[in-house]
Amino acid sequence: MNIRHAKTVLLGVLAVFLVLSLFASRINGYWLNNLYDIGIGIIMAVSLNLINGYTGQFSLGHAGFMAVGAYTAAVITNQFGELNVFAESGVFAVALFAGGLAAALAGLLVGVPTLRLRGDYLAIVTLGFGEIIRVILQNMDVVGGARGLSVMHGWTNLFWAFGLAAVTVYVIASLVNSTYGRGFIAVHDDEVAAEAMGINTTKYKVTAFVVGAFFAGVAGGLYAHSKQFLTPSGFGFMQSITFVVMVILGGMGNTIGVILAAILLTLLPEGLRLVSGIEHLPGIAAERPLNWIGETRMIIYSLLLIVLMLTRPQGLFRLKKSPLAKH
Amino acid sequence: MAALLQLDKATIRFGGLTAVSELDLHINANELVGLIGPNGAGKTTAFNLITGVYQPTSGEIQFDGKSIIGCKPYHITARHIARTFQNIRLFPSLSVFDNVRAVFHSQLQGDVRHALWRGKGYHAEEQSIANRVVELLEIFQLGKFRDEPAKSLPYGDQRRLEIIRALATNPKLLLLDEPAAGMNPTEKVELARLIRFIRDKFQIAILLVEHDMPLVMEICERIVVLDYGVKIAEGKPSEIRGNPKVIAAYLGQESVAAPI
Repeated sequence: MNIRHAKTVLLGVLAVFLVLSLFASRINGYWLNNLYDIGIGIIMAVSLNLINGYTGQFSLGHAGFMAVGAYTAAVITNQFGELNVFAESGVFAVALFAGGLAAALAGLLVGVPTLRLRGDYLAIVTLGFGEIIRVILQNMDVVGGARGLSVMHGWTNLFWAFGLAAVTVYVIASLVNSTYGRGFIAVHDDEVAAEAMGINTTKYKVTAFVVGAFFAGVAGGLYAHSKQFLTPSGFGFMQSITFVVMVILGGMGNTIGVILAAILLTLLPEGLRLVSGIEHLPGIAAERPLNWIGETRMIIYSLLLIVLMLTRPQGLFRLKKSPLAKH
Repeated sequence: MAALLQLDKATIRFGGLTAVSELDLHINANELVGLIGPNGAGKTTAFNLITGVYQPTSGEIQFDGKSIIGCKPYHITARHIARTFQNIRLFPSLSVFDNVRAVFHSQLQGDVRHALWRGKGYHAEEQSIANRVVELLEIFQLGKFRDEPAKSLPYGDQRRLEIIRALATNPKLLLLDEPAAGMNPTEKVELARLIRFIRDKFQIAILLVEHDMPLVMEICERIVVLDYGVKIAEGKPSEIRGNPKVIAAYLGQESVAAPI
């Protein structure tokens, strides 16, 4: 992609999804929901990629940031009744942004004290942080505690889901593909050398955490307004792991790969479900011959992950030349 | 004229061990000084004191007339002291070009917003940085490798790239930590030529830590010898060569009555 025209491309993508969202009523609800999940998955994976992939800090708490954003946005929009389309968009935009800011603040809170930690230690601390968020939400009666929180509005649509995914990709790609952004990769490659070459490694790590958390918060807001129901257990450790898997499968520090992995991993379980629903196969007498796939689809999913990691440890979509090498 | 770098009784202790003890050292602008000593003499520790990796337990370090005590390594780099490492520390996954470009980050006029908005100013600045990177690479004949990952370069070229990267920070003082380590005799001759060339071309002072005696003797104007963290000699190469203390430190002292 020609980086000089990135801004134009971004505007183009936004326009396309704005138009598409007008025709969304023609898509059936099940697929629409899957598409929203893809958009949200892309935002989550690409933003986590800034922290885990480019900057090399292993965070296992991304779902925690998402939860902060989801609850913040939901609480804000729940204050409003039915609105006309313009007021709705305005309120939604503000709510998503506020969710992002709340998550970014959480990112700052985690980032600053944990900066001296590396690798496994950082992973454990961020894991603990994600759990703390979950437990706090579980015990906050204002947001329904463990019973969950109903979100009154289902304002997420194709425009918001994919428009914001495009914005995320644009921001993170521009950030990394600049002289400023080489600092993230320098921190990833060799912290001591980066520091000796005039790079404020602390500032870069905090920036990565804050920016990554911001977009996770935005994705949380989208999630809240697509599912319309939030429970703290939906943002558990396993959810964080799913996003980490997307980053690793896409190839750490490879934005395009991570986008593709987010799409694939969101669709795979649903795809297996669809395959199992096939009524007849030519030459086989039994009805619904692939039913067993439906029953074992999560096992197949896990096995596929194992096989992929064994055969493509460098990431599924690693291009011939690493995008890191480009300028 | 005041010295560019001035260490005044710089001392660092790690628990009970005094790694560098009351070291007085000065380097003048555009001077080429060698720091030698047997293994474990405290050479690299002295380096780490100057570059802010360690803070001295006591004593004073001044650069360009200002104290640099308490500065973080990246502050010190901004004050125009650059270094290379004993075991090469490049950014392996970045290309040769980007290894040097990453360093220009501290000289950027714009900040994050610049990179995000990508306006005219951003592109102009990126272009001027790219030109300077290419210029530096060309001076050291690494231009042909510009898009290769740094880790794929031959050893000698990696050393050179590390020096280029340090020079990109626009230093007044360059610290080289054992640049000849692992080099063959031909590469060492080449390195001696390179170090002199850098000093003359960029008009900077160089402090060289090195084990390779012939190299140090050949290119340094002044040599400082450390042993067990203490400065035992200082002078011109010819004076150091004959200094009995230095010989004793390197070869060991003859016992008066060696019990066998």
